[in-house]
Amino acid sequence: MPAEALVPTSAEEAARLYGDGEGVVVFAGGTILLPEISAGRLKPERALMLHKSGLDGISTDGGTIRIGAMTPVSALVGGPCELISRFAENVGDGEVRRSATVGGNLCATAGVGAQRGDLGAPLIALGARVRSTGKGGERTEPVEDFLAGDRSGRLVLEVELDAPSGKWGAETLRRRHAHSYAIANVAVASNGGGLRIGVSGVGPTAVRARAAEQSRNPDDVLRDVEPVDDAVASAEYRRKMLPVLLRRALDQLETA
Amino acid sequence: MKLTVNGIEQEIFSPPLTPLLHVLRDELDVTSPKAGCQQGGCGTCTVLIDGEPRRSCLTAVAAVDGSEITTLEGLGEPEQLSPVQAAFHERYAAQCGFCTPGMVVAATALIERKGGPVERDEVLEALGGHYCRCTGYVKIVDAVMAASRGQTGAREDEPETGEEAPVMIPGSPA
Repeated sequence: MPAEALVPTSAEEAARLYGDGEGVVVFAGGTILLPEISAGRLKPERALMLHKSGLDGISTDGGTIRIGAMTPVSALVGGPCELISRFAENVGDGEVRRSATVGGNLCATAGVGAQRGDLGAPLIALGARVRSTGKGGERTEPVEDFLAGDRSGRLVLEVELDAPSGKWGAETLRRRHAHSYAIANVAVASNGGGLRIGVSGVGPTAVRARAAEQSRNPDDVLRDVEPVDDAVASAEYRRKMLPVLLRRALDQLETA
Repeated sequence: MKLTVNGIEQEIFSPPLTPLLHVLRDELDVTSPKAGCQQGGCGTCTVLIDGEPRRSCLTAVAAVDGSEITTLEGLGEPEQLSPVQAAFHERYAAQCGFCTPGMVVAATALIERKGGPVERDEVLEALGGHYCRCTGYVKIVDAVMAASRGQTGAREDEPETGEEAPVMIPGSPA
């Protein structure tokens, strides 16, 4: 039985059709979901297709950058934020990035043998917030809290962040290939004296490395992050490399 | 739903979550986009959607309702190949040919976007998600660079054929 497609033409209609999310599969760019549906591994009864919802686009008002959930990842490459761009350009290849969306990247769960959601690291480092709706209504929360919580009943509407004014550092460990998910991503950013560290690609969701933010000791990244084994890399390798990547990223920050 | 495929408007009857790839191949009999990996990794299903190269296997047809789709068939005719097609033909850039539709479509988009000669690293970036399992990449990249420079047509270094005696290898069945 083919899925029923719900195609809202506004953000309000999307929120209404989504309701509390029960029985609705959110279909954004489709780069993750469509192969699952084609192969018969996922059989949605109702798909909420967001391509006409107007939830796409990047705007800057005052000092705030707003990135709509349906903004294609390709729009972030060379976009208003260089740190995000550095990680966006690693997602798939140009053709995949034209379909893949920011909301999809945030909501992606681990794939078969690989971790996803690279953008979590720079968004956490920049102190970005997620505005989402669903059961209990609309709310805005830090990216790291959104990722740590139960995302199943949430519809992401947009990501907002203060326009970066401080220094940053970025390190990615990966092989170059359209389907080569990152082995590890580390993003660091300073803003008004504070340091924020985001890590992605080493576990099911991106994580904020608070202990290392306090101590500035790269080894402390492992106090907040629990790397996993998958087809891309072993947990042991990730544990060895994460402090190295963080040290390099912090060096970039110092010398920026 | 409606699509304009290679300049012809078509009514679409497939279910909304059908991949564009299967709408083209199975409903419309446009078979140049190949069903390769069908998970976005190989690039042979790439088509132009409103002029931009995207994977048709990752694209739900409902999400591109009303769009203009260009496939390999829409780029040239057998008697009048597009510059990229001609360069692929003349420079032996196709071996088994399975990856060729996606390569040619993506290369065409790259050259149009650039509007002039493209360099090797630009080709590698644009075709980075396209696999050729015959591993004929050198000739593919050369062909795209040549097409972007208008270097198509008869070539001086083409081997002469027709007058040489056939090569006989002792013991070979041929």
